[in-house]
Amino acid sequence: MTFDYAPAPESRAVVDIAPSYGLFVDGEFAPASDGKVFKTVSPSSEEVLSEVAQASGDDVDRAVKAARKAFEKWSALPGAERAKYLFRIARIIQERSRELAVLESLDNGKPIRESRDADLPLVAAHFFYYAGWADKLDHAGYGPNPRPLGVAGQVIPWNFPLLMLAWKIAPALATGNTVVLKPAETTPLSALFFADICRQAGLPKGVVNILTGDGSTGAALVAHPDVNKVAFTGSTGVGKAIARTVAGTDKKVTLELGGKAANIVFDDAPIDQAVEGIVNGIFFNQGHVCCAGSRLLVQESVQDELLDALKRRMQTLRVGDPLDKNTDIGAINSAEQLARITALVDAGEAEGAERWAPACELPTSGYWFAPTLFTGVTQAHRIAREEIFGPVLSVLTFRTPEEAVAKANNTPYGLSAGIWTEKGSRILWMANKLRAGVIWSNTFNKFDPASPFGGYKESGYGREGGRHGLEAYLNV
Amino acid sequence: MSDRLSVLKTYKLYVGGKFPRSESGRVYEVTDSKGNWLANAPLASRKDARDAVVAARKAFGGWSGATAYNRGQVLYRIAEMLEGRRDQFVAEVADAEGLSKAKAAAQVDAAIDRWVWYAGWSDKIAQIAGGANPVAGPYFNLSSPEPTGVVAVLAPQESSFLGLVSVIAPVIVCGSTVVVVASQNAPLPALSLAEVLATSDLPGGVVNLLSGRTAEIAAPLAAHQDVNALDLAGADAGLAKELETAAADNLKRVVRPGAADWSADPGTERLLAFLETKTVWHPMGV
Repeated sequence: MTFDYAPAPESRAVVDIAPSYGLFVDGEFAPASDGKVFKTVSPSSEEVLSEVAQASGDDVDRAVKAARKAFEKWSALPGAERAKYLFRIARIIQERSRELAVLESLDNGKPIRESRDADLPLVAAHFFYYAGWADKLDHAGYGPNPRPLGVAGQVIPWNFPLLMLAWKIAPALATGNTVVLKPAETTPLSALFFADICRQAGLPKGVVNILTGDGSTGAALVAHPDVNKVAFTGSTGVGKAIARTVAGTDKKVTLELGGKAANIVFDDAPIDQAVEGIVNGIFFNQGHVCCAGSRLLVQESVQDELLDALKRRMQTLRVGDPLDKNTDIGAINSAEQLARITALVDAGEAEGAERWAPACELPTSGYWFAPTLFTGVTQAHRIAREEIFGPVLSVLTFRTPEEAVAKANNTPYGLSAGIWTEKGSRILWMANKLRAGVIWSNTFNKFDPASPFGGYKESGYGREGGRHGLEAYLNV
Repeated sequence: MSDRLSVLKTYKLYVGGKFPRSESGRVYEVTDSKGNWLANAPLASRKDARDAVVAARKAFGGWSGATAYNRGQVLYRIAEMLEGRRDQFVAEVADAEGLSKAKAAAQVDAAIDRWVWYAGWSDKIAQIAGGANPVAGPYFNLSSPEPTGVVAVLAPQESSFLGLVSVIAPVIVCGSTVVVVASQNAPLPALSLAEVLATSDLPGGVVNLLSGRTAEIAAPLAAHQDVNALDLAGADAGLAKELETAAADNLKRVVRPGAADWSADPGTERLLAFLETKTVWHPMGV
């Protein structure tokens, strides 16, 4: 006897998407200066959700001017007043969280279970956390009366659209900066809804400006001479281009870039917990996570046992409609990203690794990729070196802790790592040796506004979250 | 004045705890502020720069793994050794910077005190820069600073000794290792500092000192894939832009040049610039 899941769709009626949106500059929505627009589609159905403006260089200039104008009053506001605006925003996000979760799942393709239970609670928590800092900056460890930088130009990715917005905007506003934020080309909608939240919160005009557009808009924003601070989350390639753009200027920069995290399982680890952690590490958000545990390093002696359990678990993952509450893995965010994943997976097979995926029926429209696992992977394989940014796990093995450390650190990235073992002293030894900004031991992919996040080496610089996250927006 | 002919010093580079000449065999003339010959200094090459990076990388594991208490004592030892050779450095700084003996002495005294100041930071910075994070769940969550790795430092051009010490000490006290390009026109105090470092229990390779043309040596350091950070204190605006652009290739942490008063309280800025924050999570439960 088998039990089938009945469909359990979350209602779309809770969200009302307009047929078109302008740019949000100086408190008003307006079309792009040259009238250009582009469409945003739902990656699970390829349905056009809305049409948004493609911001031009002139629009960037207008938005930066608006932010500059608003900066004088906003930065002079007592911290306690800025705090109250941010608390308001946090509360309105909580009130509208179901609407925003559905919107996020529609525009991004992520399962409603994740947008509802992970993204949105973290978004509200982030604003709530930084709201409390706004009137306590004297006590943040950066000396008395630390000052804001001015106008922050912020460019965010498509994997956690609203959460990345929160990571950027909350600390910037708490410290007294004003912002021009560009959401990703494929996921512009939640940022535009955030503009409406700013309106509801009564945030002064020009403090937050939202420019939709493609990479050219982001490049123009980063290069604008009146931007004082650049914050970027995205690929290492674009991060390097930004670092070159700002060279020789006074702009302060923080970059949160790619990763190729090792998730290291020792032979004494509780296998069932480790399997859950591995699945969460690589299949959370379709693997569209910069800190995804994309390299599984398993101790040779438990390789067979672990892989059997992992494969059994992968067979239970449900891939499909992001709005179905039982869905584990949603849609790949775009045709372009699907092509990138497919190309790297093909390279994995061509280079001799062994590919496995559970039997899994994929929807006929939209962009999909089944959860996939590679064994027989060597450190030289592209799938062990390059960030795939999809639901694809590369399995490597090790014998000694020293070998695990050497393999884990053998990457230009250094964003995160996972350790699974029951031995406390080994956890601390490993955590000490791993060159990565976040170490999850006997857990993975945990986030919190109080916890600093960011990478070593080519995973970028600066931290977001916690007291550390304030530094990026202060002249210290 | 006695008739005795003095013994001159052959100034050498300091790489991996040893005192090699430049592999290029080149030297350049160093003069005092009035143009009088002081010595020939090694004119380090790109290859010398790369060798120094290899030495710094080799030293990183041991030095970053040493206890903070140990690193603090080593830095304090450097101050002790310098105090004993104070007169020599006063004379060298006076020649290098065209200062009166009293003003040069003030520079050297401040430099010695700076080593002492930074020595004390070794086992305190983690308590300032790190800490427990109260996350919303049953997790232990701790952030700690860790050294960035190999840091290339262009020492200030004007302040040949106090400026030099002010850019080396904050890098090494927290466990990073360093390749230093000395002031181009006034490299002798730096090359003499190497003799102090070599006798202060500082492991070889933790500090590597090069003299020569700043732009020539800095270019391969800024582009080097095994250098993690770059301090541009001794670069002018044009060179700084060029080097920061090259440094983007492997996302080096860059400290831009700024108007610096090396006699002022240095604060923690340079300490924090060469630290990474690592955050460790662990579930709590029974």
